[in-house]
Amino acid sequence: MSNYLVQFNNISKFFGKVIALKNVTMKLRKGEIMCLLGDNGAGKSTLIKTLAGVHRPDEGEIIFEGEKIIFDSPKDALDIGIATVYQDLALVPLMSVTRNFFMGREPLKGPPFLKTFDIEKANKIAAERMGQIGIDVRDPSQAVGTMSGGERQCLAISRAIYFGAKVLVLDEPTSALGVHQASVVLKYIVKAASQGLAVILITHNVHHAYPVGNSFTVLNRGRSLGTYEKKDISREKLLSMMAGGEELDKLEVELKEMNRISS
Amino acid sequence: MSTKSKSIKSKTDFNQDERLKKISNLKILLNRPELGALGGAILVFIFFGIVAGDTGMFSAYGILNFLDVSANLGIIAIAAAMLMIGGEFDLSIGSMIGFAGICIAIPAIYWGWPLWMSIVFAFSMAVLVGYFNGILVVKTGLPSFIVTLAMLFILRGATLALTRLITGRTQVPGLRVLIENDPIAWIFATDSFKWVFTWLGSMNLIALRTDGTPLATGIPPSVIWFIALAILTTWILMKTRYGNWIFASGGDKNGANNVGVPVGRVKISLFIGTAVAATIFATIQVLDAGSADTMRGTLKELEAIAAAVVGGCLLTGGYGSAIGAAFGAIIFGTVSMGIFYTDVDTDWFKVFLGAMMLIAVIFNNYIRRKVTESK
Repeated sequence: MSNYLVQFNNISKFFGKVIALKNVTMKLRKGEIMCLLGDNGAGKSTLIKTLAGVHRPDEGEIIFEGEKIIFDSPKDALDIGIATVYQDLALVPLMSVTRNFFMGREPLKGPPFLKTFDIEKANKIAAERMGQIGIDVRDPSQAVGTMSGGERQCLAISRAIYFGAKVLVLDEPTSALGVHQASVVLKYIVKAASQGLAVILITHNVHHAYPVGNSFTVLNRGRSLGTYEKKDISREKLLSMMAGGEELDKLEVELKEMNRISS
Repeated sequence: MSTKSKSIKSKTDFNQDERLKKISNLKILLNRPELGALGGAILVFIFFGIVAGDTGMFSAYGILNFLDVSANLGIIAIAAAMLMIGGEFDLSIGSMIGFAGICIAIPAIYWGWPLWMSIVFAFSMAVLVGYFNGILVVKTGLPSFIVTLAMLFILRGATLALTRLITGRTQVPGLRVLIENDPIAWIFATDSFKWVFTWLGSMNLIALRTDGTPLATGIPPSVIWFIALAILTTWILMKTRYGNWIFASGGDKNGANNVGVPVGRVKISLFIGTAVAATIFATIQVLDAGSADTMRGTLKELEAIAAAVVGGCLLTGGYGSAIGAAFGAIIFGTVSMGIFYTDVDTDWFKVFLGAMMLIAVIFNNYIRRKVTESK
């Protein structure tokens, strides 16, 4: 048995004639952050949905804790501990922090058939969990709408961890955030990984990915351009791979040409 | 020494106040969705207390009168509010009232069914209609406004056509004699706490008829149903898992789905709720009047939605309260009855209803901005 927590081997996904993913391979150990980089249309969304159990891969295999598994639904993925935090975060702004934290999985108390939502317990857990990540929720019954974007992201991640995530798939967690907020979220992601979670961080922002990632997989037009350990690749190299380096080089040449002509 | 203690104090202050000023209890109260309706209800009572305080509006009989009207509207307003919190509308409530009425009357009068069986039949039809509304909205993804608007016409038309086909007219009288000794009908047709009123009458504390029985005989069944439903739905919303699912389904359908809330099932159950509430309304009124009318309940769906909105429900879903809708219904019921006791022409009632709703929507919109305001 390998020491990988989860392996995605040669995953391919086709939609009719369109090849959305072809032979993508990723391997993660516990406590590792793998950054999945790619420009728009590189196949990131399809890959996330395949990891989350929404799509079934047409080729390839997923091996979790040494066993080959097949997801029939997002619930299957969730049940074994692969939790996906989508960009919309699945948070309701008008509802309280507690009600959001336990949405769909409310703790119950009381006799059978008259079970009620144990709000006191839920409030306590929600406040405690948010406190652990340094967000002081003064009142867990306050609406999520009053929280900042970074805090909401942390709430969504914290919720996934509380409900037993072993592998955390994060879809562009920093894309809508300012510099400070993004750094708060990234710090939290590193902390989560240090507690033994495997994190797949999907982003198109190399500057956010490079400081926190242990390894980097670059997707381009549905194919993996390879996985690199941090020591084997520089930020600049990643950036140019992601954008399709040649294209940027070509652009640079063209711009120089234009400048020469106009001057 | 003193400066040191001062600096420590200011530091703790800073920690507490870094992100937010301390919220007073008053402000927490101000954020509750039903606050506007509660304030409105108090204002209405004060107004009629001054204008019509000595007219008999606030005698036992007068109070029961406007409570009865409020309670009838309240029963459907509460169900409409639950559905609105769940993110959908039901415009077929009024038509369902008419339909349920003839579902009771025709089998009981023309087919010789026992009354209780007709009532059970009407409620079964309500569950079917609600389920059909719900499944259509959930499966097609069409706006419930359109789906239930279609149902408004279909149900009203079917009610009229079937009644005329079977009976040759549009009203079905003759139910009153069937109420006595029926095992179920009393739930919808009996005044409660009669002994209290008899006692009050014997003490000469309330007005009596010439034969010595009190003018107000007991609490009407509508009021009991209204209070029971208000308590039950508030408990569901605040204290149960299902309640959390209702808020979640209305607040963000996709998000709720992603974390495992059975959004479709929640919405269908709420549509069944409005149809069943319409049938409770219809049963009480049909048994009280002793007859079913095909036009009963016309426009009631809009009054129910208006009461829910005044009660703090957002048209976009995910926010509101059942108790707020109850207060909204009390406001409308009290004004519609109270206006008889004043010199104001009753034609003005609808003007009031519209104005009240407009103010409520503006107020609710402001509250929602407050609640979701980012730091």
